[in-house]
Amino acid sequence: MLNVKRGFIDKRRAAKAKLPEFDRLRAEARELKDHTLSHLDLYLEAFERKVIESGGQVHYAPDAAEARAIVLQLCQEAGAKLVTKGKSMVSEEIGLNAHLKAAGIEVVETDLGEYIVQLRGEMPSHIIAPVIHLNKETIEADFRRAHQRLPHGRRLDQAQYLVAEARQMLREKFLAADIGITGANLLIAETGSAVIVTNEGNGDLTAALPRTHIVVASIEKLVPTLEDAATILRLLARSATGQEITTYTTFVTGPRRERDPDGPDAYHVVLLDNGRSEMLGNEFADMLRCIRCGACLNHCPVYGGIGGHAYGSVYPGPMGAVLTPQLQGIDRARDLPNASSFCGRCESVCPMDIPLPNMMRAWRERDFARGNPPLSERLALKLWAYAAKRPRLYRLLAAIAVRNLARRGGARGSLRTLPFVTAWTGTRDLPAPQGRTFQSLYARAQSRKR
Amino acid sequence: MAATADDARKKIFDRIRAALGVASLDRVRKAAVERRLARHPRGTIPARAKASREEPIALFTDMLRKQGADVLRVASGKEAVAAIASYLGTCNLPPRLRMGKDPLLAALPWREAWDIERNFGAAEANDRATLSRAVTAAAETGTLFLVSGPDNPTTLNFLPEAHSVLVAASDIVGSYEEAFDRLRAIYGEGRLPRTLNLISGPSRTADIEQTIVRGAHGPRRLHVLILG
Repeated sequence: MLNVKRGFIDKRRAAKAKLPEFDRLRAEARELKDHTLSHLDLYLEAFERKVIESGGQVHYAPDAAEARAIVLQLCQEAGAKLVTKGKSMVSEEIGLNAHLKAAGIEVVETDLGEYIVQLRGEMPSHIIAPVIHLNKETIEADFRRAHQRLPHGRRLDQAQYLVAEARQMLREKFLAADIGITGANLLIAETGSAVIVTNEGNGDLTAALPRTHIVVASIEKLVPTLEDAATILRLLARSATGQEITTYTTFVTGPRRERDPDGPDAYHVVLLDNGRSEMLGNEFADMLRCIRCGACLNHCPVYGGIGGHAYGSVYPGPMGAVLTPQLQGIDRARDLPNASSFCGRCESVCPMDIPLPNMMRAWRERDFARGNPPLSERLALKLWAYAAKRPRLYRLLAAIAVRNLARRGGARGSLRTLPFVTAWTGTRDLPAPQGRTFQSLYARAQSRKR
Repeated sequence: MAATADDARKKIFDRIRAALGVASLDRVRKAAVERRLARHPRGTIPARAKASREEPIALFTDMLRKQGADVLRVASGKEAVAAIASYLGTCNLPPRLRMGKDPLLAALPWREAWDIERNFGAAEANDRATLSRAVTAAAETGTLFLVSGPDNPTTLNFLPEAHSVLVAASDIVGSYEEAFDRLRAIYGEGRLPRTLNLISGPSRTADIEQTIVRGAHGPRRLHVLILG
């Protein structure tokens, strides 16, 4: 995990250094996105006009349930049995795969990382590197379990063999799929295009081969023009993987044209709100600029320490700590904005200049206003504050506590349980204090110096 | 669920306008949006793209090579055909190509490579090598612009093992913005073909332990010929 993190961090730094205009582009990207969001209704109308003009259809989904229902209906109307998918965080957000599967439709993730995650029945642990938590031996075991019809003695001990096997298995799916579903990194109002950014080319095979292409995207992905898309594309790959640009950046606009020998016959865009319009008017509006590059995850010491799955949400890391409470409600996600040291690295590397720590603070304030943390926790902190403001009392109480804990720790030197915080000691022991308090040791050291 | 599709649409637009505190018929806002869409102002263009405006080929070649493509400049159509034939040999591929009806490609002196079998139309599952023409290219990141249509079907870009792309030297520009203006000159303002592919190297993935492996789903090899 550490090496992986370093890889992303070093590559991003190098890519940024090679583009002296990076900070200017960052300021421009912020400005263009703020402009778009403050005119979002009008740009959505312009985008919709262009999609229809190019022969496609636009569907509106106020929430996740409606988005799932729309996609399922499109699949059923097309008589689809097999659906291939490009990588899409929005489809994870709305729980699309499970919904289609429950209706008897086979859904296959085609991004290599997402494919592995799907084989394992897991969630991605990183928004751009879904299997960053796995090593190749684990993936080999997954492939041997999932691809039983392939020869048993085949080599799978290197990344290249695993990639080749996935290519072979997924190629059949690409060619047989009835419908392809992708997300969109950007939507362009000027042309009615959806922009799909990949390195593998899976998004393109998903968009080009089946009879129907469905794009599922949230409303804040909109930018006005091709020039605006260019500005953001210059920041996206550099911030994400440290590439100057991804291998494939694809603009799709409507279904195949009259003389086209390939491409889908039908094209749909499902536009998801799911809390975004509410954010437009509240203190989390800046979050709508997010382009899902993952730089804040890569640079976050908390994400690095606990990994993506610990967030219990499709969006982990600092961007997830801000977005998830909006999607799931602060009651269910209150730990996320609270689990931050506010070191500020996320904000400093964000290519869209999103004040992530400030917004986590805003969630904490909302959380507090709802009576959190609970009374017992507040009372304990108040007691501590009372003592901390009275040095003599504090020293006395600390000395008593240290002696007490040391005695309870006994010869083992650790405590199995602690009063009041049984949840914390439920899965771990607390090392018992050894000797005297820090203050008394410090005082002695100071007096020796003199 | 909203009763109808129109209800869902109205719900979202109402929410957006309420959150922004705006009315739907605000002329000032409308004018601002229409102006931006019509004028599509450029942001900052990197100095490297500007500097390469006069002679973009060196930067274009350098960037593409760094991203794993095989790049060759050819002086004539004859050289181009010879280069394609020898590339197929180098890649251990049979002398068979799938391509579209692009006039520039059709005009190449194919009799010079009489042993290459050429098939036309969209790519098929068993096609191992394809040939396309890029309509323009941006030097700033070594990026080819390919457009869908009968001349260059999109599937040619993704299904084969080896993809050869011919680009005329005069079609290579410095920045993405210049390339977009070339597309506007072909398709008109505010219009794009069904698919525009920006391609900057062979297919790759780094999903497994951050090891870069080529040929994830698309071509393992990208062969770029600069003509002229």
